[in-house]
Amino acid sequence: MIGSPDVVAFTKEDDYGQSNPDPWPALPEEFSIPLYPPVDSNPWSKTSYAKFTKDFILISEFSEQVGPQPLLTIPDEPKVCGTFDLNYFSLRIMSVDYQASFVGHPPGSGYPRLSFVEDSRVVLGDSKEGAFAYVHHLTLYDLEARGFVRPFCMAYVSADERKIMLQFQELSLRFSQASECLKAGNRRAFAKELQRKLQDLEYTHSVLQREEGLQREAGPQTRYSAHAVEKANELANVEKSIYEHRDLLKQITSYHRRPREDEMEEDEEGVRRRPSYTPQLIRAKSAKCFDKRLKTLQELCDERFYEASMELLKETERSFRGDLCYLHTCRLDRALRKKQTLTNFLFEEEVCDNNEDEVIIRPFCPVNHSVESSTPLDGTAEPFSETSHTLESELGPGESQLESSPSDHTLETQDSSEETKGSYSSGNSRTKQPHYLDTVKSEVPDLDSDLTPDHERESSSEDMETTVGDDEGDNGDHTPMSLLEPNGECEETPVEVCESDLLLPIDTTCCMAQDGFIYEDLSVDIAAESQHNTSAQPPQTLVVNQEPQALHLLQDHYTVGSPSKSSGLELPVGQHADSVSRMSVEDGSDCTMSASTGSDRAVSPIGYAGVVTLRQKKKAGQGALRFVRQYPFAMQALWCLLSGRTLVVFGEDEGRVRKLVSALALFVPGPGKCAERVQAWMSGPFSLSDIYRWKLIGLQRVTSPVGSSTLYSLSRYSRYISILDIDQKTLHCPPYRGQLLSNMANHRTYIRRGSTYFLHLQSMLCQLAAKAFLLTFTHHLHLPVSSEEGTEVVQGRRHCFLQEQLGLGEEDSQILLYLSQLITQYYLQPPTESCTAPPCFFFKYTTSVLYKI
Amino acid sequence: MLRWILGGREAQSSLEKSSVLCIGEEQPQNCFTELQVLKGHFDIVRFLVQIDDFRCASAGDDGLVLVWNIETGEKLQELRGHSQQITAITTFVCRSPLTAQILLITASSDRSLSLWDPDTGNRVQTISDLQSSVKCLLVLERLCLCLSGGEELCVWNKDFQLQCHQQNHSDTGIFVLIELPKNCVAAAMDKEIVIYRLTVSANSSFSLTDMHHLSDHRDQIRALINVNDNIFATGSHAGELILWDAIDYNILAYEHILWEESQSASEIRVGPSKPSEMSIQHLCSNGKLVLAAVGCGLYVYSVLTKTVVAYRKVAHDSNVLHTMLLSDSELMSCSEDGSVRLWEIQDLPLPAEPASAAGFFGLLTFGRGSKQTGPPSKKVFDVPNLKMLELIGDLIGHSGPIQMFVSFKENGLVTCSADHLLILWKNGERQSHLRSLALFQKLEESGSL
Repeated sequence: MIGSPDVVAFTKEDDYGQSNPDPWPALPEEFSIPLYPPVDSNPWSKTSYAKFTKDFILISEFSEQVGPQPLLTIPDEPKVCGTFDLNYFSLRIMSVDYQASFVGHPPGSGYPRLSFVEDSRVVLGDSKEGAFAYVHHLTLYDLEARGFVRPFCMAYVSADERKIMLQFQELSLRFSQASECLKAGNRRAFAKELQRKLQDLEYTHSVLQREEGLQREAGPQTRYSAHAVEKANELANVEKSIYEHRDLLKQITSYHRRPREDEMEEDEEGVRRRPSYTPQLIRAKSAKCFDKRLKTLQELCDERFYEASMELLKETERSFRGDLCYLHTCRLDRALRKKQTLTNFLFEEEVCDNNEDEVIIRPFCPVNHSVESSTPLDGTAEPFSETSHTLESELGPGESQLESSPSDHTLETQDSSEETKGSYSSGNSRTKQPHYLDTVKSEVPDLDSDLTPDHERESSSEDMETTVGDDEGDNGDHTPMSLLEPNGECEETPVEVCESDLLLPIDTTCCMAQDGFIYEDLSVDIAAESQHNTSAQPPQTLVVNQEPQALHLLQDHYTVGSPSKSSGLELPVGQHADSVSRMSVEDGSDCTMSASTGSDRAVSPIGYAGVVTLRQKKKAGQGALRFVRQYPFAMQALWCLLSGRTLVVFGEDEGRVRKLVSALALFVPGPGKCAERVQAWMSGPFSLSDIYRWKLIGLQRVTSPVGSSTLYSLSRYSRYISILDIDQKTLHCPPYRGQLLSNMANHRTYIRRGSTYFLHLQSMLCQLAAKAFLLTFTHHLHLPVSSEEGTEVVQGRRHCFLQEQLGLGEEDSQILLYLSQLITQYYLQPPTESCTAPPCFFFKYTTSVLYKI
Repeated sequence: MLRWILGGREAQSSLEKSSVLCIGEEQPQNCFTELQVLKGHFDIVRFLVQIDDFRCASAGDDGLVLVWNIETGEKLQELRGHSQQITAITTFVCRSPLTAQILLITASSDRSLSLWDPDTGNRVQTISDLQSSVKCLLVLERLCLCLSGGEELCVWNKDFQLQCHQQNHSDTGIFVLIELPKNCVAAAMDKEIVIYRLTVSANSSFSLTDMHHLSDHRDQIRALINVNDNIFATGSHAGELILWDAIDYNILAYEHILWEESQSASEIRVGPSKPSEMSIQHLCSNGKLVLAAVGCGLYVYSVLTKTVVAYRKVAHDSNVLHTMLLSDSELMSCSEDGSVRLWEIQDLPLPAEPASAAGFFGLLTFGRGSKQTGPPSKKVFDVPNLKMLELIGDLIGHSGPIQMFVSFKENGLVTCSADHLLILWKNGERQSHLRSLALFQKLEESGSL
């Protein structure tokens, strides 16, 4: 069936590996950058003729009525696709249909059989459109569809072929998850539908039987009338139909549990939990019309599963933003940062300690099956004691399930595709499984709460032999992804949704390296939003993909970059752009930067609010750039922060102070995970402990007599602090004449964008941290080499190292010495260990001078 | 300084008036460049006592006694038991032939005495329902005895058994006790010093005999210290400093510190100065020098020459509460103004060059007020070898009066204050070096080196 000439040959992993050998074999693999082939001299040549601006995910279906048609795109906005013809592309991707999903009456079987088919994955390109796509085909069951199946496909569409090829593994992994989630939801919905249909049929059957009985009573003369024969035929048809549906139901419910012996008792349990449903009479001439409405994708799936899978896809889209180079750089960055655990606390994000690397090589398809199939087993076997499961009991059925893979029930075509896919799976898949399951289990929200209402309404207990289709009583099909779904409380408080997102094992384990921050990002951003305008945010924005407008709203909350811009590095457009302009006028800054800065409110969460995210940091980069350009003494202020002298930002207007504090927080070494060393806003006098605890303080200037005590404390502790007065635009701090920071705080910098400046800063700070690391761990700079050396010699050597080898002056050395102190302390007393000793506070007795603008 | 930030003219002048002495932020001789804030008390911390080289105990009005490791700043023990404020604390070394165990004795307003083991935090002994609260404690290590003074003077052995006691007839009671040679103790009560002799009878029972009453002070005695084996010193509320012979109890020297004379030359003085301005709050000595905290000034007196060596009338903005002689030339004082100041006794520039002297003073950032106290002082005392008390550093951190401090030499300095905090001041350079050592040690242990 694969007819497209453009289908890219991607069958085996090593095919690709051969075509692109590692240029530096000496480098560890995670550090190698895949180079563009030399012929590809123009990096933009590829995207130039694509008709869409950024990558997107397209979901299409092959409708039995109208043929291939696009259903939705992620992100769902018209701008994304531009002039790109989705209909045409849907046709292309659906025409690569794969496995001739056979349904119907197989030879030798009396009843129609459902085929449990594997998804297929393929990469295809359309050179004319300049589009390449990873296409993931799947089928969903629909009772009303032809052969009970509805073919769908999800495609990741990009203009960059290499991006797709290089990310194939992960795309495949992520799409498989989404697909499994969809299919699980679909099985639930399908079983439910079947059950209802069965009830309808049985009801109809009983009605017909009654009618027949009445006829029989009425007299023998009517027994052989045409009407009676028709009735008898109808009854026979209904009976047959009942058997067929029962068989289908058995098939669908036995999807996971075929090897289990104790199926019967489960069923008995299941029967008790059956919801009440009023059966309806089915007319004999059921509407088999061609114009019947087909179920939408949403209707085909259980609601929660649908949402979860959409969430997964969105997440996928988010994490693949940016070009290949960016993705690689991010991954590289993380890999490098993981190597430098000792100095990361200074300026870098915390790297989560997950096994992302292993995830990358993680096999996708068969494992997912086993995950999926083993979890439900537990759920149905012991639905009331979920948490009491041991690891073994979870693993055992999973394994056996894996062996009796669903491909038994498919034809040869599936088997062959199974083989192909199997080649991607690595051997250690099985070993990872327990851990994975374990984490899933441990963090599963109490599913029993779902169950309890069902025990109560165990009223109608008919002799139905099915369980799975039950409304909520069944948690059999709970894939890990299903945990994504917002539960009751979460819908009211958006923050919690994201918090739970953060906790999800599936996310952290299955996402690739670069997207770790996105989770945090998301949560805090939303947390921030919800803090400030909870009322403004309607809870329904969480209900994914209802209306296009709702999605637009979502876009603001859920995206990392601005959705309208193409680059992943783009700063987001703030929601309150008007306040931005006001700010910049007030600050008197040259408004050459792009208008993309947040409002005061968006900046404010730095503080005790939570984890400082990359997004906030980028935003802060904007503020820092403005500060550097605006104040000629910015360098001195930065020096104070970097050399450990507490900086007090003193001003009247809370918004401005907070904004500046969050900008300057970038320069606070070791700010702590939640910026514990930064206090964005305080009023009233402060004490030594405040200076001691916080390295950057926003302080309110009060003109009333109350303010005099603040002034008193400022003057009293002036030796420990530097004071940046943003109303009078002065800085009171020790003089700094060094050169080290001139690159970082260049008043006449050519950098115009906050995100660029942030990256520039990152590199400079990283350099500083590296030097400090060197200083800290160079033995002879701290200890005598021989026994006759005194401390003066060592001191001299250290001095020499700083001055001559690093070329640092007195004041610049202070920065390194301070950073080195922090590293030493961190090494001696990692923050994870509990420590009762209070922290040390270093200072120097030096005179301060007053800088004016 | 900081005028720009204070803005108003009034604030500026008040600042200049209050900062009698301002050293500024450049303090090259001040080695305390690192601090740790020790939190744990809930009320004024009044007492600090050094237990050994790395431990110290603090006690205060909350009745708590906390034991600290001053190397790390960790709180080691919390000794709870007293229901009211602590009035006296001292260490008690119990020497057995093999070991020397250090114990802590505390007295509280709840009229109880407790003996603590600072290693375990256990209360070893306790005596409650005393007739009156104990105001001072004295340990006679030689005899393994402890004396408690208040309205009565009691003698306890190391098991806290009362050996003997002496009722006092003064209303104020004994507020300070020192040990004198020949088994004598001196007790200061009101304007009198009473010398008691402790005698051990044949059946090893003790008795106290009232030997002498020295009543040469005209005002209440505020401080009583041992200077050396032969001399002890007392200071009174009226500014009298008397050096006594410790054996025959004669007055060796009598010095009446009267700031008025130094001020009489200046026009700013209005009326006689209040007695508190010349009250001797605290005395300390290193055997050769006696340092008296007089009002908010400092006064260094040489025992050998029986003359004043150096003095500064306004050393702090407020009353000086505790002083210490670090060496023959360096001293430290703390005050109600919340600062600790480090002083150096420096030679004055030659008196033959008054012009340069004035310039010297000017250079050293003297305030307007203190400039007048410098040169006239020479006239007052007319001592050729009068030296200058120069401020070389100050420690600012507490927000309340600093009650006391204890120095651990190079390991640091602990201050306690009414703001419920203790601050551990350290030499940053030294600490940094120590941390580096620890770092490489840890590296070595983990096998990374």
